[in-house]
Amino acid sequence: MGNDRIVFSESMKLADLIEMNWKLLNVLSRFGIGLGFGENTINEVCHRQGIDVRSFLLICCIYTYEDYIPSSEMLAEADPLTIVDYLQNSHSFYMDKEFNSLEKNITAMVASCDQMQKKIVARFFTDYKTHVANHFSYEENVVFPYVRALVAGKTHEGYTIEQFEENHSDIDEALSDLKNIVMKYLPDTCDTVLRNEVLYRIFRLEEDLAKHTVLEDGVLIPIVNRIEGE
Amino acid sequence: MKTHAKKVLLIVPSKIVARGIEAVLSELGEFRVEGILTDLSHASQMRLRNIDADVIVLDPVVFDFVSRSSVRSHISEYSDAAVVGLQTIPMDDEQKKQYDALIGLNDDPVLIVRKLRESLDSRQDNPETEEYDLSAREKEILVCVAKGMLNKEIADACNLSIHTVITHRKNITRKTGIKTVAGLTVYALLNNLIDSSSIDL
Repeated sequence: MGNDRIVFSESMKLADLIEMNWKLLNVLSRFGIGLGFGENTINEVCHRQGIDVRSFLLICCIYTYEDYIPSSEMLAEADPLTIVDYLQNSHSFYMDKEFNSLEKNITAMVASCDQMQKKIVARFFTDYKTHVANHFSYEENVVFPYVRALVAGKTHEGYTIEQFEENHSDIDEALSDLKNIVMKYLPDTCDTVLRNEVLYRIFRLEEDLAKHTVLEDGVLIPIVNRIEGE
Repeated sequence: MKTHAKKVLLIVPSKIVARGIEAVLSELGEFRVEGILTDLSHASQMRLRNIDADVIVLDPVVFDFVSRSSVRSHISEYSDAAVVGLQTIPMDDEQKKQYDALIGLNDDPVLIVRKLRESLDSRQDNPETEEYDLSAREKEILVCVAKGMLNKEIADACNLSIHTVITHRKNITRKTGIKTVAGLTVYALLNNLIDSSSIDL
C-alpha cells in the first residue's frame, strides 16, 4: 500500500495509461482528446492538443489513486487555467451527457411502475439535477471567473477562494439516496437488468463526482491560495 | 489462535501510531487489526459500517472539540463494537465516561490487551440487538417528514421532545440508508406509508 504506486510519466504511451485505469477515458474526452492516438505518448498527445502535460498527469493521478495527495511541487507546476477548464468541461459532461443518459435509464426502469411511482422517481431525479445545476452555475459564474482573473493579474475586491466554501454533501446524499431506492425499494415489477444499468451508472457517477470534489478542494483551492498569497 | 482473534478497527490519524498498535497486537495474537481509518470522512463511515469489528480503538482527535463529548453516539450510528479511547490528548471525565476502556500511548502491550479484553466484557453485559425494520413510531415520524413537517412540528404533533424526534430520524436513516427529505418521501410513497394526495407532486 502506498509505496508501490506507479507514478505516471509523460513518456508513457497514452494507450498504456488507459490500460492501467480505464476510468481515465472520461478524463481524455473532457480534455478533448479523441481516441485513435495510436502509439503516441502522453507528452506527444498533450503537446499536439495544447494541453499542459503536468496538469494532465496530476488530474490522472487524482482519478487513479485513492486518497492521492499531490506534492507541493506538483501543485506549483500545475496550471490553474487547465484545471479550471477541465472542471468546467466536466460540468458540461455531467449536465449534457451523463444526466440525460441516467434519466433515460431511469425512465426505462420505472416504465412498468404505476403512474404515481413513475412520477415520484422522476421528480426526485429532476430535483437532484436542478440542485446540481445551481451548484455548478455558482462555480462557473463566480469561482472560475475569479480564478481566471486572478491568473491574468487582476484582483477582485472582497472575494477570496476561501469563500468558495464547498459543501457537496447534500448533492452526494441525494445521489446515494437514489442508489438505495433503486437497489432496495422499487417494486418487483421493475426489470433487474434495467435496475442494474441505473445502479452501474450511479456508482460510476458517484466515484467520478468524488474525484471532481478532490480536484476542487485538494488541487484548485491550494493552487489559488498560493497565487493569492503572492 | 489466529482465526479466533478478535477484530480491531483503528480510527487513528497518525499512521505511525496505527502501525505501532497493529504490530503490538499482532505479536500478542489475541486481537488483530482488521482496518485502519485515518478520519471519519464519508468513505470511512462506509467502511466503519461494513467492518464487523469487535473493538474500535479511537483517537479522539478525529473529532473536533465540541463533538468529542458525543463520540459514543457518533460511533453507535455505524457500529456496535466496544469503543476504546486512545489517550493522546487530555480528556475530562465526561469525555472519558463514553469509552468502554482507555489506553495510553505508554501502556505496556500486555496491559493494552487486557484493557481491550475488559472493554469487550463490559460491552457484552448490555448487548443490543439490531432491528432493521422500521418501528411503528418510526413509520409515523417518517410520514411526518415526508409531508414536509419540521422537527419542531413533528415533536408537537407526536407529543415527543425534539431530541427524541431527532433520534428517531437518525434511526430511520440508519435503517433505510436514505438521508435526504426528498429521498425519504420517495421511500414513504413506494412503501405505501402515505398516498400521493397528502403531498403535492
